Amino acid sequence: MKVLVTVKEVAEVADDFEIEGLSVPETFLEYDLNEWDDYAVEAAVRIAEEREEDVEVVAVTVGPERSEETIRMALAKGVDRAVRVWDDALAAAELVDPTATARVIAAVAEAEDPDLVLSGVQAADDGFGATGVALAEHLDYGWAAVVNDLELDGDEAAVRRELEGGVEELTTVPLPAVLTIQTGINEPRYASLRGIRQAQRKELDVRTLGDLGLDPAVLDGDLTLAGMKKPESESDATLFEGSPEETAADLETVLRDAGVGAE
Amino acid sequence: MSDGDVLAVAEHRRGDLRPVSFELIAAGRDLAEDLGGDLHVAVIGGDVDGLAERLNRAGVEAIHTVPEGEEFNHDVYAAATTALFESLEPSVLLLPNSVNGLDYAPAVATRLSTPLVSDAVGLTVEDDLVVTREMYGSKVETTVEVAADPVALTIRGGEWPAAEEPGDAEITPFEVDVGDLRSTVRGFEEVGAGDVDISEAEFIVSVGRGIEEEENLELVEELADALDATLAASRPIVDNGWLPKNRQVGQSGKVVTPKVYLALGISGAVQHVAGMKGADTIIAVNTDPDAPIFDIADYGVVDDLFEVVPELIERFE
Ligand SMILES: Cc1cc2nc3c(=O)[nH]c(=O)nc-3n(C[C@H](O)[C@H](O)[C@H](O)COP(=O)(O)OP(=O)(O)OC[C@H]3O[C@@H](n4cnc5c(N)ncnc54)[C@H](O)[C@@H]3O)c2cc1C
Repeated sequence: MKVLVTVKEVAEVADDFEIEGLSVPETFLEYDLNEWDDYAVEAAVRIAEEREEDVEVVAVTVGPERSEETIRMALAKGVDRAVRVWDDALAAAELVDPTATARVIAAVAEAEDPDLVLSGVQAADDGFGATGVALAEHLDYGWAAVVNDLELDGDEAAVRRELEGGVEELTTVPLPAVLTIQTGINEPRYASLRGIRQAQRKELDVRTLGDLGLDPAVLDGDLTLAGMKKPESESDATLFEGSPEETAADLETVLRDAGVGAE
Repeated sequence: MSDGDVLAVAEHRRGDLRPVSFELIAAGRDLAEDLGGDLHVAVIGGDVDGLAERLNRAGVEAIHTVPEGEEFNHDVYAAATTALFESLEPSVLLLPNSVNGLDYAPAVATRLSTPLVSDAVGLTVEDDLVVTREMYGSKVETTVEVAADPVALTIRGGEWPAAEEPGDAEITPFEVDVGDLRSTVRGFEEVGAGDVDISEAEFIVSVGRGIEEEENLELVEELADALDATLAASRPIVDNGWLPKNRQVGQSGKVVTPKVYLALGISGAVQHVAGMKGADTIIAVNTDPDAPIFDIADYGVVDDLFEVVPELIERFE
């Protein structure tokens, strides 16, 4: 059995950041493995550990060289090998519609021919939440989105989809399938020192769109990033300033006025 | 953009239309007007006639009913939406950015070869359609110009007012062959019941990832005790297994409406805010001045919760 897991290195902005033009300068960005993908990696590695048969887990990412650090984290946690897709056309594209990203990943998936693909529900940075399901459609696989429980039973996946308001849907999907994984499905492991050492020796293939038989035109989007700013706060919040003693005193007043602490 | 019709697909669960359905109508109506077209609404599955009656709001030109299945199944929704789209040829397909929207919108956009812009919080029509979105956990707002026609959009719940006035749309059945279904929905289950019902609480102390370690929860428990308040949390605390699911506030947790909601080390992600924005008074303590929680807070302190909370405990003990 083969499990493909899609991973993305996401950027988080620092507490005090600035925007220059249509981006946040590098100095204000910190990179990490997308939180939702971390749970997807864990789910994939557990499948490999728990099943009798041989299971190969392959990670795929679309990202620049810097993102190899993040991919190595996935390798250190038990992923067997990784594929990274990048080239000048991808580097030049400022906004790629998620269905186009999915097209690129689909080309890797077509070559790998996995039984199961696990993706994070969404990426913490751009929050499109669409790549996994679009990928399923490109591959003509079944799928399920926002999965917080997964059991493989023969050639079927029994999943729970976490709907709004504490309701879960129980669904079965035949394999091959793409599942988008919600946080909380498991407890992602930390990479061990041994794992980190081993990750250095694992295979990490770099492919261009050309290698995958894709024309750079697949990225020709109809979306243009036109503006980027800090949202105007609609808040009329009263912010208390001063030492913790002072701000706690102010908070006490507000709380007591609202009836907290009254007998 | 050409003729400018808009097709919006309603969402319902267990017999009830979800609020986002009426928000879709409000957003779709404005958009159709700006584009010089009509708003079409589709309702798929369940008691489609009854649901269509309730969706008949001012500004809706036509309602298309597809009586396939009882509850949401993405294979049915994807097939029906694609067929309707091909028959009506609208400029914009408008779907909710709900859990079920996430489960079929990308498939439909891919099938129709349209670009997809998800989680829109604002829509305007200039030369092109301009979509406002958020990035980096709501800390950055972006505008995206869409040169394509048609385009698929999903809208964030709670950003548009619900359409309320009754309308006189024509309601017509739409027949579609949904083909073989791959996924099978076997049922639903409520989770998160337990000893405490945070949705009934009058005062809530809620804690987020800013608490860092499980051991530190003791501090906020102490505060909740001192204030005689109920302890709740954001999702990561529950994901970590530090508190049970019935304490989770938000889209996939509980909706709470206390008199006071004290958010400690919670950034204010949209899915969290969905569960607590109805509190009378929102107070936030967060080290990050740009944390979106301050946008909805009434009172705030930009500081370390580990400094402020002990002081507060002392004042109430
Ligand atoms: C489909 C879906 C459903 C979801 N449902 C829910 C839901 O129901 N409920 C929910 O909460 N989330 C939900 N989420 C997750 C949500 O997107 C966020 O990931 C989550 O709310 C973040 O929780 P947080 O604010 O505690 O953590 P973070 O976003 O990590 O924020 C931590 C905050 O703590 C601050 N901080 C750090 N240290 C300190 C300190 N010492 N003192 C003071 N402040 C400090 C930081 O500045 C930061 O603002 C859902 C996501 C998806 C995709």
